[in-house]
Amino acid sequence: MLFEEIKSLVQNELAGAIIDEDQDATPKALIISNQFIHRVCDFLHANEKTYFDSLSCLTGLDNGEEKNSIEVVYNLYSIPYDYHLMLKVELSRQNPEVDSVSDIWKAADWHEREAYDLVGIHFKNHPDLRRILLPNDWEGHPLRKDYVEQEKYHDVIVKWKSENE
Amino acid sequence: MSAEEQTIGGLKTGEGGIIISKLDDLLNWARLSSLWPVGFGLACCAIEFMSTASSAYDLDRFGVIPRNSPRQADVMIVSGTVTFKMADRVKRLYEQMAEPRYVISMGSCANCGGPYWEHGYHVVKGVDRVIPVDVYVPGCPPRPEALIGGFLKLQEKIRTESVLQPKALEKIMKKDAV
Repeated sequence: MLFEEIKSLVQNELAGAIIDEDQDATPKALIISNQFIHRVCDFLHANEKTYFDSLSCLTGLDNGEEKNSIEVVYNLYSIPYDYHLMLKVELSRQNPEVDSVSDIWKAADWHEREAYDLVGIHFKNHPDLRRILLPNDWEGHPLRKDYVEQEKYHDVIVKWKSENE
Repeated sequence: MSAEEQTIGGLKTGEGGIIISKLDDLLNWARLSSLWPVGFGLACCAIEFMSTASSAYDLDRFGVIPRNSPRQADVMIVSGTVTFKMADRVKRLYEQMAEPRYVISMGSCANCGGPYWEHGYHVVKGVDRVIPVDVYVPGCPPRPEALIGGFLKLQEKIRTESVLQPKALEKIMKKDAV
């Protein structure tokens, strides 16, 4: 199935869900409206023509203060049709919040926890939104562009100092 | 065995004899000849550590046998990147080891943070910020020969110890006093 066909399928089912598209992305990406992402995923997962039964990856991105946005990127794969699709959602940098898709694909559970841990994206209705890589008492989200390391962690100085030389 | 059999050409064979030694020398010899490390690895250095224990390099010939419990171990080889999350565990393992205990810091990461020194927000910039280190082995990762060199250096260090001056204990007390 072609990218254009998937696009029109989604457009017919959920009007206003697709904001934009990115033909340069690999695979080609649909930019989805924040409010629609769960419904679009559910539709693409359940529809017999698309049958995106696998979430290959879910990534959180911080675009920095200039663009002032945070993105979530969904890489979908349909095993029976051998077709790839990318979905993107843009969120505000002040309050990055989006619906969890972990009820559609179990794989999203840990990926969303990672995006929460490192970029600080809040996934609504996630069953267990805890840090996954860093310790529970870590301060801040390290892959944010404006992240500053904490001075000490458990009484150990974090930064490298020249007295090491 | 008869008395005649114990001499060859009028020379004593030593069988059934007595060896006289200083207690210090005996203890040090015993300690440095059976350095049992805690068998745990943190990163790619652990692969070299495993290789050192393999038949090609045969760490056994130095009496080095990895143990699976810190309670039975004399030396800890910090083989790899120490993250802040792991640092708590490394410290606990060290505290569970019985005195006398030694630490070999293996590789650049454990020595000073290695390639993560600048942007590794999650890496402890040297395991000596968490536990006292006796020998640093440089390399990224160090070759098995280098790790064996580290053990030989540690043996040299133990050879100079005395039961009347427990150096490790003194070092810890000095650290607490600061």
